[in-house]
Order: sequence, then structure tokens, then C-alpha cells
Amino acid sequence: MSIPTNNKQVVVIDKANKRKYMLEKMSSRIFLICALLSVLTLVLIIGFVFYKGAHPFVAEGYSFIDFIFGKDWVPSEDKFGIFPMIVASIFATIGALIIGVPIGLFTSIFLAEIASKRVAKIISPAIQLLAGIPSVLYGVFGLAIIVPFLQNTFGLVKGQSLLAVILVLAIMMLPTIVTVAETAIRAVPQTYREGSLALGVSHIGTIFKVIVPAAKSGIMTAIVLGLGRAIGETMAVILVAGNSLIVPTSLTDSVRPLTTNIALEMGYAFGTHQDMLFATGIVLFSFILILNFVLAKISAKGGN
Amino acid sequence: MISFKKIKMGLLMLSILAVLSACTSNTNNDTKTSDGSNATVSISGSTSVGPLGEKLAAKYAEEDNTKIEINQIGSSAGITNAISGVSEIGMSSRDLKEEEKAAGLKEVVIAYDGIVVVAHPSNKVKDLTMEQIKQIFTGEVTNWNELGGADMEIVVVSREDGSGSRDAFQEIVGYSSGELIRNAIIASGNGNIKTTVANNKHAVGFISFEYIDESISTMDINGVKASPENVLLEKYRLSRPFLFVYKEGKLTDAGQRFIDFILSEDGQLIAAEAGAIPVK
Repeated sequence: MSIPTNNKQVVVIDKANKRKYMLEKMSSRIFLICALLSVLTLVLIIGFVFYKGAHPFVAEGYSFIDFIFGKDWVPSEDKFGIFPMIVASIFATIGALIIGVPIGLFTSIFLAEIASKRVAKIISPAIQLLAGIPSVLYGVFGLAIIVPFLQNTFGLVKGQSLLAVILVLAIMMLPTIVTVAETAIRAVPQTYREGSLALGVSHIGTIFKVIVPAAKSGIMTAIVLGLGRAIGETMAVILVAGNSLIVPTSLTDSVRPLTTNIALEMGYAFGTHQDMLFATGIVLFSFILILNFVLAKISAKGGN
Repeated sequence: MISFKKIKMGLLMLSILAVLSACTSNTNNDTKTSDGSNATVSISGSTSVGPLGEKLAAKYAEEDNTKIEINQIGSSAGITNAISGVSEIGMSSRDLKEEEKAAGLKEVVIAYDGIVVVAHPSNKVKDLTMEQIKQIFTGEVTNWNELGGADMEIVVVSREDGSGSRDAFQEIVGYSSGELIRNAIIASGNGNIKTTVANNKHAVGFISFEYIDESISTMDINGVKASPENVLLEKYRLSRPFLFVYKEGKLTDAGQRFIDFILSEDGQLIAAEAGAIPVK
């Protein structure tokens, strides 16, 4: 008598299990598709940019060396040299780092180590909000405040300059640096602090001699991420850069970084000119790839 | 528990399906219905012709329920769109190039426009010769005192390479893109040039007549004031045609009606009010 009921039970459990397994399988498939979608997008973007960008060099006989080191960008006369833009991008990024990193680092130390909970509760969300502001608004802010400020304070003939770009980028990279560095500093084990303080080292001494070195890889990650943000920024920069085609020799020169060149001219470009803008994209992409590589190295080191 | 998950999953699938189907059905509905009351005419191109196009479209909307969509993306892009069929009509503020004509484009002059050299209102220089303009933009003259103004550096503001206004301006003044002074500020769009010049007492730039207002001061050329009358009398030389271009045979009835309206007396009156110069 008991056997059939047992069988029934087995069947019911089997059915329930089957359903469960189906569901499991289906959901894992859906997740896989989602994951593949982003990989696919990446492949498509890389493929498209490289296909379009490589075209003039492969099919039309333009020299890639001339493209990188050429100082003239006159599309209507078939001159495509992006050297001034590469220099502008690098200078702007380095400049932004020089201003943004100390401020960002000190802010994160303050938030993690010095500030009382109450103060941190006010400052932290403010910084996160800063990260959420659309970049074009930074540009408008730069154009309306920073550019006239530079013009009037330093008596410049034009405020659209490398300096304006650096200031805007420094502000824009702050949230990235602060949030990542703060997390890294908070992750330093409490025992380090206690040990250092127990040895009679002052609070500030502890921070700079013990905590910051311990959080080094996290802080480096923060800097590289901020760098990535600065080098890829377009909309804010286009408004304050002035977009002149010169190799910058001073902070007051107006400049055209790589991103700006693409955004500024894509609407008007066709044929080779358009392909060359994609080629500009390849160069920009290489910068980002190098940054990512550096980032991977740093985090690998941090893991050890 | 399982049934709850199932419901969730079902909802997820449904919503995905809904989104997908919404996408497809939308694109289907929006494609041109060649005739009929709710036809859409898509127009794209020059930022100089754009404001005039918008005004004409707004007026046209009062008498006809054809939908006119205008995108201001620059002459070259507009012409490219007209060739590729992305837009039905392209707007151009420069003459067509040979290769563009060869692609089978037809052009209609809807109005003429003047280009005016502008400076900061505080600038005392109000009159320039064509030669002086060339010298300014090629960097031969770099201080306003050489032109009878104050002793201060000139900051040149130009449009980007490929802009119809820039092409037309350079062609009439007589210098090439390569000759443009390298440290010129490059601003995208007429409005951007105006803002830049209005905020910098050193600056000089060029904009379309339509954009003239009190925030900037305009330059006469050889003593001839930049005005529509002088363009029509052919005294003021910095002028160019405003074109509507379309691929031969690809113009819909709705598009043709809009062009007819622009060329009608009413349409030309609006063009004149907008600061452009009527064809007739």
C-alpha cells in the first residue's frame, strides 16, 4: 500500500524539480545573454571605430606617422595631423591631475580619518552629487564663470584656454578620486592605526606614514580612474577649450584635445575627413586601453 | 515560492517583449506616408538656414498639418543626409560642390543671406576693407590699433572646418582654411560665435545676418553697411544663397508643397522678417 503513495510523491518531487531546473537553466541563459550583450557592444564599437579609422591608412595611402606627428589639421586641404591635439590631451590631463589629486586625496583622508560622522554625512553626499552632474553643465559653468574669471583676473586676451580646461577637468575628476580613495583608506585595518598611535606617532603622522602607504594601491586606482575621466571628457571641454589648432606652449593658449576634435567636426565631416575623426578615436582609445592596463597591473599588485 | 518566481519571470519577459515591440511598431509608424494629411517632411542641415526654416515651418503648420522636422546639424551633414536619404531635404548655406551635384542633387534657392563681421560692442573699429578682413583672419594684422582701434590684441573666432558659413566666408574674403590664423578660437555654430564675441572685447568673428542683435557690434565693409538692401543692390559682397537641396525624384508631395510655400509671397515675407533676404 505504501509503495504507490511513495511513487506518487517521487513523481510530484520530480515534477517540482524539473520545473526548478528549467527555471534555473532559463535564468542562467538570460544572464548569459545579458553578459554577452555588453561584450558584443564592445566588440562592435572597437570593430567599427578601427574599421573606419584604419581605412584611410590601409586603402588611401595616408601615413600613420604623419597622422600622429603632423602639426596641421586642415581637413578641407587634406591635411590630417593630430599632434597638437595629442599634446593638448596629455597636458590637460596632467594639469588636472596636479590640481585634482591633492585636493581629492586630502578630501578622502578628511572624510575617512578626520571628519566626525556628522560632517562626513554632509560632505559625502555632496561629492557624490558632484559626480552625477551632467558634464555639459560643467562646461556651461566653465564658460560662464571660469572663462570670464580668467579673462578678468589675469588680463588674458581670451579665457578659453588650457588653464580653463584643466580647472574644469580637475573639478570633474574630484568625485571619482574621493569616493574610490576614501573606500581604500577606510579598508585599512584598524590595528594599523592602533599600532601606530600606540607607538606615540601623532594622528597626522599615522595618516601619512601608515595609512596612506597601506592604501596605496587603492589610491593609485582612484587616480587612474580620475585620469580616465579627464582624458575622455568631451562636452565640458568643448565649451572652454577654444579649440585652436596649435601645440600649446603656455597655460593661456587655447587648445583642442582629441575628444573635442571628434565632437566638433563629426557633424560636418564626410569621406576621408570622417574616417580621420574615427582614427582620432583610435588614438583616444589606445590611451584608454593603456590606462586600463595600468589599472589592471595596480589592482593585481594590490591583490598580492 | 516557485509560482511567485514564475510570475516575476513572466512579467520580465512581457516587459522585454513590450519594449521590443514598441520599438518596431514605432519605426513602422514614423516612416513617411508619401501623401495624406499627417505626412512628415524631415529637413536637416545648416545652422544658418535652420532658424529661418523653423520660422517658415511654424507658419506653415498653421495652414497645413504636414509635420516638418528640422535638424540643425551643419551644411555638409545636411547635404550628406539628402544624398543618403536620411533626410528628405537638406539645408545648405553654401553652394554645392561638384561631387555633391554629381550625386543627383537638385537645389532651390529659398533666400539669400549676408554674413557680417562682428566685434565686441565696445570696439571702436566699425569699418573694414575686404583686404583688412583677410589680414585679420590670416594673422597678418594682430592688433586693433593697426585698424584704427585701441591698442589690444585681436582674438579671431571662426567656425569649424566644413561649416557652410565658414566655407562661404573664406571663399568671398579670399583665404583658405590652411591660412586661417592657428590660434583662432573655433566655435561651433553661429550662436556660439556670438556669445564668444559678446563676452570678449578683443574678439572678432563672423555670423549670419539673422543672428545680429545688440550684444555685438557689426562692421561695415568699405563703408557699406551690412543690410539686406545693400545685399540686394549687390553693394555688400559678403552674401551667399540659402539652399534647399533634395535628391532628384525623391521629393514627396508634402515636401514640394512646403518649398512652394516658402517661395510664395507669404513665405518670402517671413524670410524677410527673419532677417534673410528674399529671392524676389
